Amino acid sequence: MKGPDRVLLAHGGGGHLTRRLVEELFLPAFQNPHLATLTDAAVLPEMPPGRPALSTDAFVVDPPIFSGGDLGCLSICGTVNDLAMSGARPLWLTWALILEEGADGDLLETCVRGAARAAEDAGVKVVAGDTKVVPRGKGDGLFAVTAGLGVVPPGRDVSDTHIETGDVILVSGPIGDHGATVLAHRHDLLAPGLRSDCAPLAGLVETLLDSGAAVRALHDPTRGGVVTVCHEVAGRSGAKVVLEEKALPVRREVTGVCDLLGLDPLALACEGRALAWVAADDADRAFNAMRSHPLGAESEIIGHMETAVAGAPPVVMKTRVGGERPLDLLSGLDLPRIC
Amino acid sequence: MCLAIPMVLVERNEFEGVAEIDGVQRRISVMYVPEAEVGDYVLVHAGFAIGQVDADEAAKTLELLREYSDSMVEL
Amino acid sequence: MSTSPFKDPAAMAAILDELRDEAEKLERRVTLMEVCGTHTHSVAGAGLRRLMPEKVRLISGPGCPVCVTPVDYLDRALALAVLPGNVICTFGDLMRVPSSSVSLEHARAEGARVEVVYSPRDALDMARANPDQQVIFLAVGFETTVPTIAGTLAEAEADGVPNFLILPGNKTMPQVMRVLVDDPDLDVDGFLLPGHVSVITGWQLFEFLIEDFDVSGVVAGFLPTDVAQGVLALVRQAVEGKAEIGNVYGRVVTAAGNTRARELVDRFFEPSDEVWRGFGTVPGSGLGLRPEFDHRNATLIEVTVPPPAEPVGCRCGDVLRGVIDPPECPLFDAGCDPDTAIGACMVSSEGTCAAWYRHERWAEGAGL
Repeated sequence: MKGPDRVLLAHGGGGHLTRRLVEELFLPAFQNPHLATLTDAAVLPEMPPGRPALSTDAFVVDPPIFSGGDLGCLSICGTVNDLAMSGARPLWLTWALILEEGADGDLLETCVRGAARAAEDAGVKVVAGDTKVVPRGKGDGLFAVTAGLGVVPPGRDVSDTHIETGDVILVSGPIGDHGATVLAHRHDLLAPGLRSDCAPLAGLVETLLDSGAAVRALHDPTRGGVVTVCHEVAGRSGAKVVLEEKALPVRREVTGVCDLLGLDPLALACEGRALAWVAADDADRAFNAMRSHPLGAESEIIGHMETAVAGAPPVVMKTRVGGERPLDLLSGLDLPRIC
Repeated sequence: MCLAIPMVLVERNEFEGVAEIDGVQRRISVMYVPEAEVGDYVLVHAGFAIGQVDADEAAKTLELLREYSDSMVEL
Repeated sequence: MSTSPFKDPAAMAAILDELRDEAEKLERRVTLMEVCGTHTHSVAGAGLRRLMPEKVRLISGPGCPVCVTPVDYLDRALALAVLPGNVICTFGDLMRVPSSSVSLEHARAEGARVEVVYSPRDALDMARANPDQQVIFLAVGFETTVPTIAGTLAEAEADGVPNFLILPGNKTMPQVMRVLVDDPDLDVDGFLLPGHVSVITGWQLFEFLIEDFDVSGVVAGFLPTDVAQGVLALVRQAVEGKAEIGNVYGRVVTAAGNTRARELVDRFFEPSDEVWRGFGTVPGSGLGLRPEFDHRNATLIEVTVPPPAEPVGCRCGDVLRGVIDPPECPLFDAGCDPDTAIGACMVSSEGTCAAWYRHERWAEGAGL
């Protein structure tokens, strides 16, 4: 697999250079018969039984290559995980790139490799793609847009509306790794032990669902972090989220980055973590199932649901020192502060 | 307005240094802590060490907190 | 899952028990004021306010440098930001503060070059890397931060970097604290003194509180047990009826502070009369660049600044002076909230109103 040294406008033009890009870079990377047909649309085999699930995402991460991943891997995992969180088995993905004229060829190749590896790890096929090139100055290196099709097997129904008072909340591993990695890079912090948690979670989700535990809902805390997901869940379920600060798994490097920049790990993105809402009686079964999977080896039970009280905060955290604090949603970006 | 955190000094020359907390390192100015040595803890604010952590005082505070903590256990 | 002793629940519970025992001995409720935004944040973040005994009222004063930055400063920063060739560098805290028109965040969206930096030295690096641009650093913050700006200026001078300037806006604490203690509407029994300002100034700076006003002060750090220990020390003083300057942050705060830092600040800055939002002009409370550094002073750049417009109904000033609690402002949660902030008290993540909105607002609704 070999890409160009540098991206030119012509690579998006549809002509000779585009063809070379597809044949020399994308096809060898993604290696599947559907993509190889190079037809206008991928005509797929019949769907397995169940309800189809469809998701789409756009990826604009800066920097595009970071410790533990790249835009390519991020884009594949992002869509795979969206499908998995809905209880779907991810099957086929599309991958469209918008490249900036002059973008480095190595950057492109790294991202393509990253995407290919992630697709293989996730057991999905990238069956359709597209490439456009915008003039220099009109793009930020590269952007990716994905869509993913999966199927929710019959009998499975994962949704916030099933959440009940007393349900427990589990997380599959330490929070904030991805967000902290990107921020550390941006603000010149060196943290060799820190890497993005970017990973495809479909396998972990299947292990959890196969355990027989009553899983009400699943979410991956990407943009906006755990706190954003909790607010969404509180809103849709009508119940109150109570987190336990002392139970939250946070890597020491993430704590370090947050302390330095004045940020909260609960607000940082994770790209390879699942939050699961499970019936209280099945807490142990779910916990053991998650822990049995390599991507859930550091799972923890981090909270539970209570009855909402009108006029009271929908999401709270019991602090380590015995207090309680409402967790508010972020306003705009979370910026490093001195105060 | 005082987001400053204690970090351990891992490298220094006269004006520049590298400090670390929880496995995260950053280059900092050490111009205001001429006596701080590698291995000492300094208080870092906006990329500058603004003071040194007094190890004896820190030990005293930690001892006090331990006593408080133990007093609860005894109840 | 850190096991920091400063966040140890057992130690915290023990300190709070002792605080409750001491507070029982008080004859009346005492009002303690913290004057450091980071203290506001710590109290809220650990959920401490609700753990305070009945007779201890903890209020927030003008400790948020963003909140007390006058609208005029932001207007000037914005006017500079839209001039071609300028790059404004700022701490993140200022990005969403409303000016007479829009915030720096909005200005950036409209094409102005605004960069958020962690350290003023990052701004100097940007100036070095972009010799054709004029980098202007927004110099806000209290005594803790000024030495980092002075240090960066010293570096700029030593390395001969001509295109690095600052827009002076730093403030100092003691003068405004005098105004607070003098205010007849305000009855403060003691101050939780800013821990990191004190690292630079030394706690001796605050002795005027006991000498001139017979009001207590205790320097405290920012971790939950630090704050609790500070409050406990203040309550003990109130019980004994003795005003003293105490220090429970001895691991970084000394009587004399950091002389070297103050000397360098003195080389570049001189006291100036500064406007504090909600207080008007507080003489000698600001730090202006000395005339020999005019070449570093962005205030001297000619720009057109609109006459400052304070938002109608906004009571930030009274909130900052500790005269009212945020819900008593007519705009609180009625047009002014963290997403659509009208006054700076709501914008800064630790402005009194923002902290209240995020953490305390619910207490009333839940009947706590």
